[in-house]
Amino acid sequence: MLELQNIDVFYGNIQALHDISITIRQGEIVTLIGANGAGKSTTLMTISGILPPRHGRVIFLNQQISGLMPDRIVQLGISQVPEGRHIFPALTVSENLDLGAFLRRDHAAIADDKAWLYGLFPILEKRRQQPGGTLSGGEQQMLAIARALMARPKLLLLDEPSMGLAPLITKQIFEILLKLNKEHQTTIFLVEQNANLALRIAHRAYVLENGRVVLQGDAAVLRDNPVVQKAYLGM
Amino acid sequence: MITRHDLRHAGLTGLWFMFLTFPLVVIKINPIEHTVHWRWSNMVWIGVVSFLASLTIRLVQGRRRTGENEKQQSLLQTSVRQFDLLRRPAFFRAALITSSVLLISFPLFFSSYQVNILTTALMYVVLGLGLNIVVGMAGLLDLGYVAFYAVGAYTYALLHLHFNLGFWMVLPIGGLLGALFGLLLGFPVLRLRGDYLAIVTLAFGQIVRLILENWSEFSKGPSGIANIARPGLFGLTLSPEATITYLYYLMIGLVGLTVFVVNRLQNSRIGRAWQALREDEIACQAMGIDKTKIKLSAFALGATWAGMAGVFFAAKTTFVNPASFTFIESAIILCIVVLGGMGSIAGVMVGALILILLPEYLRAVADYRMLAFGAILVVMMIVRPQGLIAPKRRTYTLPSTHNPVNSSDVPASDR
Repeated sequence: MLELQNIDVFYGNIQALHDISITIRQGEIVTLIGANGAGKSTTLMTISGILPPRHGRVIFLNQQISGLMPDRIVQLGISQVPEGRHIFPALTVSENLDLGAFLRRDHAAIADDKAWLYGLFPILEKRRQQPGGTLSGGEQQMLAIARALMARPKLLLLDEPSMGLAPLITKQIFEILLKLNKEHQTTIFLVEQNANLALRIAHRAYVLENGRVVLQGDAAVLRDNPVVQKAYLGM
Repeated sequence: MITRHDLRHAGLTGLWFMFLTFPLVVIKINPIEHTVHWRWSNMVWIGVVSFLASLTIRLVQGRRRTGENEKQQSLLQTSVRQFDLLRRPAFFRAALITSSVLLISFPLFFSSYQVNILTTALMYVVLGLGLNIVVGMAGLLDLGYVAFYAVGAYTYALLHLHFNLGFWMVLPIGGLLGALFGLLLGFPVLRLRGDYLAIVTLAFGQIVRLILENWSEFSKGPSGIANIARPGLFGLTLSPEATITYLYYLMIGLVGLTVFVVNRLQNSRIGRAWQALREDEIACQAMGIDKTKIKLSAFALGATWAGMAGVFFAAKTTFVNPASFTFIESAIILCIVVLGGMGSIAGVMVGALILILLPEYLRAVADYRMLAFGAILVVMMIVRPQGLIAPKRRTYTLPSTHNPVNSSDVPASDR
């Protein structure tokens, strides 16, 4: 579905990503784990078109998307839940969700999707008339995910959904991601520092170190890998 | 209870005000006789008045902080409710009808001087609403807005001078040229934000004015262009008074059009995109909003109104020169938007009326009117920092059973 082919990304003269190749297949949860500064967010920004790669290509559904503008990429079906949530604080929950469907014009279906998401995140329905900024961190993260889903993405990108959240809330959110994948076949690319949880829900995983993919494979296999256990799982 | 601390604070305030106003109210130079007249009694008055005022404010604030908390709470709630009144449709409609009847019948009861002033104020309503698109809705700080106003005014002046085009013909052209210049400014500042954006827009405003001032072959320089025709009314010749009334009604029409269009824009797709842009650029991109298009449209649509107001200005005064388009104009228009309430249409309208009419009616205090004006501005921003009429948000119906804490105005302080 999505393929990164030998991507090199630079910030000015500094190379952030070295020859990254990642494949995501339809219906999978793929996770990208790594330490701070490994290049995880950079990878996501490259996919969403904010940082174009210097070498290599990004292919989505047999179409090259590297070089397209971010809004075109969203239009093609890739939605991102940005790091640090980035909800619209002064707009209500309901308005936040409406903006998620900014590119769609099928009003009836949008209303249906909204109802479905309220079912998936009941707390958001309770808070639907509240400004997004008054929600708790976990609620904001749910709102950010729901907002991204409002675009009916073919591929959902998540940038550290566990950031700054209590373990219990994180678990809740990951359960919802798993449910989305199982019941709605949503393809998910998950960037996480919490390797333990990420490897538990993902099918496959990539490990990033200093801008290079150092390990890849089935999530279950990686979880038993002694190197991963030592470096990322704290065992 | 007055403490020594209160007295000391009030005393210092008094001294500070005496120092601040010293050059204005104490020294009076008579340039003919080359004498300086020291008006020390004024200084004493300033000191006494500001001392007492400061003391009163401190006492009131002190009482608010200690005791009577409950009473205050209910007071606060009633005041909140009063402001909510504006949001109730029935009240809003009534207010709308009354104010339009008042506005329409105004020339019947007042002198043409008053009508003229109100026309000017209404012109600033249009300018304020235009800038409100850029600053209030899209959150792009524009300090050079007056440039588009100048573009409109000179469009009419020049087209009339060279091609003898009439007001009605030029009005849409002025709007279009305003939009075009909006795009022209928009392109280079696409990547800028905040302070940097403010500086570049400020420079843009200055550039336009300097060009008008120095390119004499094009704009006749500082001497300006005179004898611009007033708007026509099916070829009728109007008496001076009738012209003023006619201009007034034209202005009412333009204000009505502006309010209608801006209101529709605010609730449209593009309006929502502007809001999103103001709130969070990153999230905006994640939603698939084309930042470039949205920013440019804000600049262009905002500038359109300045262009039209400019055409109107040229027609009203029948004379334009670059001195009418200095930075202070931009600052006043920005003041209107901020003071009225960023993003609120009603707020901007009230802000424009107050900011333009107040200095006129302060002529009663002659020499000190700008001083009084400044003081009023400062006080208003202290009392209502969110603007006179804060932008209308959707009403939050709060099911008090499960979330008692979250009221509509509570910011996220603890997240």
